Amino acid sequence: MNPVADATAAAADQVDPESAEWLGALAGRGAQREAALARLHEMLLRIAHRECRRRGPRLRITGPELDDLAYQAAADALVAITRKLGQFRGESRFTTWAYKFVILEVSDKIGRHFWRNPAVPLEAEDWDRLPDRFGFEPAQEAEWRDLLAALRRAVDTELTPRQRQVFVAIVVNNVPLDALAVELGSSRGAIYKMMFDARRKLRAALAANGYMDHDTSGRS
Amino acid sequence: MNGYSALDRFLRADPRDVGCAQAIEILHVYAELVAAGEPAEQRYPGIAVHLQACGPCGEDFDGLLAALRDETC
Repeated sequence: MNPVADATAAAADQVDPESAEWLGALAGRGAQREAALARLHEMLLRIAHRECRRRGPRLRITGPELDDLAYQAAADALVAITRKLGQFRGESRFTTWAYKFVILEVSDKIGRHFWRNPAVPLEAEDWDRLPDRFGFEPAQEAEWRDLLAALRRAVDTELTPRQRQVFVAIVVNNVPLDALAVELGSSRGAIYKMMFDARRKLRAALAANGYMDHDTSGRS
Repeated sequence: MNGYSALDRFLRADPRDVGCAQAIEILHVYAELVAAGEPAEQRYPGIAVHLQACGPCGEDFDGLLAALRDETC
């Protein structure tokens, strides 16, 4: 009995012919499976290279390092896909589902790479950068000085120590969220949720002091 | 005052936001809908809100969509 092959066979009944062919070949054995794995790896590597090139200009990673990152992402995505083949439910084409894995691996590798040569240490706090982060013009400082001072006070008084650490790293120090998750041994989702709650608290504090409207987005 | 608008947008925490885990779970389905010109935002409003607010998930979505669009070129 092979649970992955059974689940894959069940999914294959509900998917498009091309996806069913992929599932059949990857859940099989011998030369057919090896050929499918080689073809899938080639496809993943192409997507990884393309994604690295797309993101490259915004990263401090170039040349062979970026190529290595693409190779690692493709290899790790192939392992993840073959391990999770039984979880494919046919909601999209198989290749789209597979591309998602390699895109996520590229993100993960870029997040880890950040700490090889970080632009700022995690514990830095240069609040003078804050106006620039949001595009406040120095020439109009009289208009925003009080607002940003109130924001900083709210960061110090309203947030938990962990929320404050995450806010300072992401907003003040411009540390990418994925890189911060790696450094803190956390996950993207957990860090995002922490920032989500922090944003809500900060807005409420600014609204209570007349600096901003209350957030009514998403409410009917 | 552009900075005010940017800060205002940043501090909006939309309760429809589904978070990273749900967005990633369905990202391939959402991307195919968008690539096909289907009204993905109407079908999955919480995903659409999240992808607008979350930089890393939005980046992953852009990458996946670019991969799908490259296929058809």
